[in-house]
Amino acid sequence: MALRLIDGDEGGVDATKGGCAASACGSRPDALAHLPEAVRAKVYNHPCFSEEAHHHYARMHVAVAPACNIQCHYCNRKYDCANESRPGVVSEVLTPEQAVKKVLAVAAHIPQMSVLGIAGPGDPLANPERTLATFRALSEQAPDIKLCLSTNGLALPGLVDAICAHNIDHVTITINCLDPDIGAEIYPWIFWNRRRIKGRRAAEILIEQQQLGLEALVARGVLVKVNSVMIPGVNDAHLAEVSRVVKAKGAFLHNVMPLIAKPEHGTFYGLMGQRGPTPQELRALQDACAGDMRMMRHCRQCRADAVGMLGEDRSADFTLEKVAAMQIDPVAAMQRRQAVQAAIEARREAARATPSAQPGSVPVALTLPKRAVEAPAPAATPQVLMAVATRGDGLVNQHFGQATEFLIYAVDADGARLASRQAVDRYCTGPSDCGDAEAALAGAIRALAGCTAVLCAKIGFEPWGRLEAAGIQPDGEHADEPIEAALTAVYREMAAAGRLPAEPSPAAHRQAC
Amino acid sequence: MAYQIVEGCVSCWACEPLCPSAAITAARPHFVIDAARCTECAGEFADPQCASICPIEGAILDARGEPVNPPGSLTGIPPERRAAAMAEIRAR
Repeated sequence: MALRLIDGDEGGVDATKGGCAASACGSRPDALAHLPEAVRAKVYNHPCFSEEAHHHYARMHVAVAPACNIQCHYCNRKYDCANESRPGVVSEVLTPEQAVKKVLAVAAHIPQMSVLGIAGPGDPLANPERTLATFRALSEQAPDIKLCLSTNGLALPGLVDAICAHNIDHVTITINCLDPDIGAEIYPWIFWNRRRIKGRRAAEILIEQQQLGLEALVARGVLVKVNSVMIPGVNDAHLAEVSRVVKAKGAFLHNVMPLIAKPEHGTFYGLMGQRGPTPQELRALQDACAGDMRMMRHCRQCRADAVGMLGEDRSADFTLEKVAAMQIDPVAAMQRRQAVQAAIEARREAARATPSAQPGSVPVALTLPKRAVEAPAPAATPQVLMAVATRGDGLVNQHFGQATEFLIYAVDADGARLASRQAVDRYCTGPSDCGDAEAALAGAIRALAGCTAVLCAKIGFEPWGRLEAAGIQPDGEHADEPIEAALTAVYREMAAAGRLPAEPSPAAHRQAC
Repeated sequence: MAYQIVEGCVSCWACEPLCPSAAITAARPHFVIDAARCTECAGEFADPQCASICPIEGAILDARGEPVNPPGSLTGIPPERRAAAMAEIRAR
């Protein structure tokens, strides 16, 4: 099913939409249009880089790289809880042989799979033999799958030749700063030339290696994305400069991600009370960094062993035990993938040609009026955040209690625009509450901090009361309606009833600590 | 004279390839150092390698049984802050 989404930079803007709707004004018919042709071809089917592709294609990470050569203040190296979802967390570390078998099994069962990444749980390049052995085997046995890795960059300059030799399509470097004084606030130590180095000198070396690695990859024609973690009060004011520099050096994309920090994580930031950015702060910085490159707002900050389409995690279907029992014919599986992906491409092509007549597509949001012209806008039209529980198709169609993430929209009288996605953390503090419903509800309410309302298909009595008590209006009246229209309707109802807050205060959006 | 890996080790493999004496093995529930092989890197490196990359405070003990990386030394988290946070979480 082709799905066109609510965000204004989505491809295939409907020609019937008149005027300058807030969510589409200034956007391009193709969010990838600004990229050079060669880069576009490489990212077109990549679910992480292309928001449109993520509705069609799947990805997976394999956790073959447990060792790390640096410490970041947002990371805790204890990594074995299946209910947590954040980078650096995995359930089981695989050998390269186990990883290859798992990738072939997943790619046989999920023929939409186009991308394999190695992202940890440590640093792929601090484990170069394990990482490269995995890539080498896969490039032979599943040559249609794109290979990516994500690194802190410390060991990158010395491994650029190996990366090129293994036909790796994309490298992501996490660059949080260019200034060693800021770096010293983020990285307590690195392991370099056989010694542990702390303080400003550690950050200086790391930054230097990251920049050398970026330059060398670009010079060799490897696609480089830069990730940055936005840490309010530490590097937030510095990231616009990081963005400018890395793009000038040839990074094709700069992805700013919010800090995830709670005491339960046991990280320095989590335990020391460092807050993450509010959705507004994040969006403002992403806008400032992005220019016209408004990509990756759909980033889910996946675990290092995530499997499936973005937003779903099927890793439980592919445990070592289950994979060992599967009989896979890699050649037949590749042929099936190619057929399925050719069909996807045919549908994408058809959808682009005739956006409103595509069978099976849901061109919902873009064909609806962006605002009610018949209803004069109220004098005060504050922008508020509203959350939506959705299983996809652009509809309000998920039960509150089943949501593992919410789409957060910035809504005002002019319409609704996707601002971010907020995962429902189910961080457990031990076996006693692992998978506990109460922990899940508390996690959902934390995820919705700062939202005025949450729209879902259904909601239970208890969460309803808890949400109201938290100042968040639950709404189950718009089940199965298109998201943007439902948000606009709820906004108008709340405005008419005088229940919209004034501009929300930043404190209201702080991540619950 | 030998180092020792104790409970707390997360089996991240970082130390194993660095050991000049091949004294570290991937055992369960955590990695172990063969005391007969360990030289504490004397004559090989300025700093013992396993303890220089280990990310877990308290997971490696020196010959006297003292943690080479005591609580707070790697993460910068004051031990009392960690203890208070853990108590808070348990109380929820």
